[in-house]
Amino acid sequence: MPVNVEVPIEKWSGSIRQVTLGATAAEGGTRGHTVTVGGQTTLPFLGFEGKVPNRPVIAVEVRAVNPSEEWPEPLAKAWGAAMNDAAAWAKAAEAAGADLISLQLTTVDSAGKRMTGATARKVLRAVLNATGLPVIVLGTGQAELDNEMLVACAEEGVGERLVLGPCEDKNYRTIVAAALAHGHLVTAKTPMDVNLSKQLTVLVHDMGIPMERIITDPTTGALGYGIEYGYSVMERLRLAALQGDSMTQQPMIVTPGEEAWRAKETRAGEGVPAAWGEWASRAVNWEAMTAAALVESGADIVVMRHPEAVGRVKKMIGELMAA
Amino acid sequence: MALSGLEIYKLLPGGIKPPHPKANCKECGFPTCLAFAMKLAAKQAELSQCKYVSDESKAKLSAAAAPPIRLITLSADGRKVEVGNETVLFRHEKTFFHPAGLLVRVPDTLAEGEIVALAKAVADYKVDYVGMALRLDGLAVEAVSGDAGKFAAAVAAVRGACTLPLVLVTEDPTLMSAGLAKAVGVTPLLCAATAANWEAMAKLAKDAKAPLVLRADSVAGLAELTQKVVAAGVENLVLDPAVRGFSGSLQVLTQLRRLALKKNFRPVGYPSITFPYLGASDLAMEELLAGQQIAKYAGLVVLGNFDPAMVYPLLVLRANIFTDPQKPIQVEPGVYPINKPGLDAPVLVTTNFSITYFAVANEMESSGLPSWLLVADAEGMSVLTAWAAGKFDAEKIAKTVKGTGIAEKVNHRKVVIPGHVAVLMGELEEELPGWQIKVGPREAVDLPRYLKTAW
Repeated sequence: MPVNVEVPIEKWSGSIRQVTLGATAAEGGTRGHTVTVGGQTTLPFLGFEGKVPNRPVIAVEVRAVNPSEEWPEPLAKAWGAAMNDAAAWAKAAEAAGADLISLQLTTVDSAGKRMTGATARKVLRAVLNATGLPVIVLGTGQAELDNEMLVACAEEGVGERLVLGPCEDKNYRTIVAAALAHGHLVTAKTPMDVNLSKQLTVLVHDMGIPMERIITDPTTGALGYGIEYGYSVMERLRLAALQGDSMTQQPMIVTPGEEAWRAKETRAGEGVPAAWGEWASRAVNWEAMTAAALVESGADIVVMRHPEAVGRVKKMIGELMAA
Repeated sequence: MALSGLEIYKLLPGGIKPPHPKANCKECGFPTCLAFAMKLAAKQAELSQCKYVSDESKAKLSAAAAPPIRLITLSADGRKVEVGNETVLFRHEKTFFHPAGLLVRVPDTLAEGEIVALAKAVADYKVDYVGMALRLDGLAVEAVSGDAGKFAAAVAAVRGACTLPLVLVTEDPTLMSAGLAKAVGVTPLLCAATAANWEAMAKLAKDAKAPLVLRADSVAGLAELTQKVVAAGVENLVLDPAVRGFSGSLQVLTQLRRLALKKNFRPVGYPSITFPYLGASDLAMEELLAGQQIAKYAGLVVLGNFDPAMVYPLLVLRANIFTDPQKPIQVEPGVYPINKPGLDAPVLVTTNFSITYFAVANEMESSGLPSWLLVADAEGMSVLTAWAAGKFDAEKIAKTVKGTGIAEKVNHRKVVIPGHVAVLMGELEEELPGWQIKVGPREAVDLPRYLKTAW
């Protein structure tokens, strides 16, 4: 006998805010195109239940200065000489399938001297000239230096709808003010906690920046190093958003590339158990798996490092978006 | 879905309308039917204590008492794997109970030597992760050849090589029967019954007392098939929603889990099995699809290939997703000697989050450098998280240094704090007069190099 099955559909009252990164010439910037994320009315990729109008996107991390020894061989080899020059690196990232460039500022410049606003500004200009992709500019986490560099970058990129970050509870005012003054967006970063994330969104929004210009960074751990905390906080934020909690409805950005390439599994080629498998392929798998799990738990932007991992996660997202 | 005491009462002799002549007879040992119902709800009494409950009520009560997703066991003489019995859609709501079983496919077209080598490699694979031994759970022998003799020989070869639980994969009942005959000592999962072959497959499963996979490419098709097979006397079922790709697999597994948990829809109240290699274009994509299925609701995942570089991340992902969110894995606070430290060995401090501890301890152990590792009670949080939450501050670190009595074990007064909490240096110097506070690297992996140059 045929069975009548009625699949439970949740009637969500809320949805994720749509946020557009970058601005074309017509919009006051110089980007080749813009990238829009968010807008979902259901959990990740559940097309049977609601709308997923924009696919999650991949930002490729480009460093202001060659990280040299800091990046292990399988990663450094993938980018080669392009790492000597942020502009060349951004071009290579675009060719590798990046949807966005995430320019990671550094504490010292290529000569080993403390970075300055003027140097950061030059690097950003070179990257903007080299690529038509929308750009995210991330500081180092050192408040004084970040404020100097991000204010300079905000001025340099006026009208480009850059994303500036990270805004953290101890240091957000200067960054938000710079973003407000020059038409940019910000990321609001909190340490893996739903309530802290909401609070910071409120604080940042209270400075007058529209919700459509705030992206949440809930922080994550790498596979094997606490990813389950980030994963569950993201699922909880997404559920709260769909249930109508306004301060959790921002698109989410996370940095699986940075996290995964800190793990011993990606960094160590020798002196590890044979059961870990071959170094390069294990390392790329580690980043790809970390990023993939976060995309499945609700990430709208993943910042990644290895071009092969980028390709895989992009392909996965494409297949998840196919009806 | 468990019933409340009152809901149960309405099914007992005293609660039905009109009441049974034996209502409140006390023969069960309780003063009233309502009191008995409350005990039943609290699982402190058995329904069999009531002689007068109707068959109709019995059926309703036993159905309600059954878990919404049936627990299925694949057993062998050496190991077993249990899947199902899940109660939530999101791990933060409670926890995921039974880690998805990870199995490796063995096509019967391989040469006997290759089969034996593969079976042994899978059975022997073991990797240590924060003190847990992670392993694969079984093998899925598939009758690719279409030849009964070859399939039987492959099953026999696998059985000779290891004691892992098995899945036998063929839709041909004749082949299945040949394979089953060689699976002595294990209760294999038979895979699969379809709309076309279910009668013969159900008979094989029933005779062998083996669990059976039902395969259909729609939820309705699966529900229809389970009802037929249950009526034929096979109750231990696993569902194969034959939708293979990323999008289809995520959606159908979500629908099955929701139907079982939210609607208590019995016909799909069974764990599922997936074959990520059938939905992925290559090995790299197979790994990501397998990861998705581990996180989103598969009970058993059959990998098409065995490669340690692929298996290790999957096993770690499974361990992470199936960790009970209420109980972060912690280590005991205290002092841990590494590589037989002496009076002049460095003193390092970190938190008692297991992953943090193991990251530091593993680095130090493998470096061969002796050291004293002080583990502070940071309520099971990592360095940065604990610092942000005020559980790893100067006071806590000072307390750890003093409380462990490390001063009597070393002839120096230097302690290394994690680079992530460099800001605590000044405060800590005040809390620990006479001690020199050194700021170590942010990541454990950089510790050996740091100690060689900066200690």
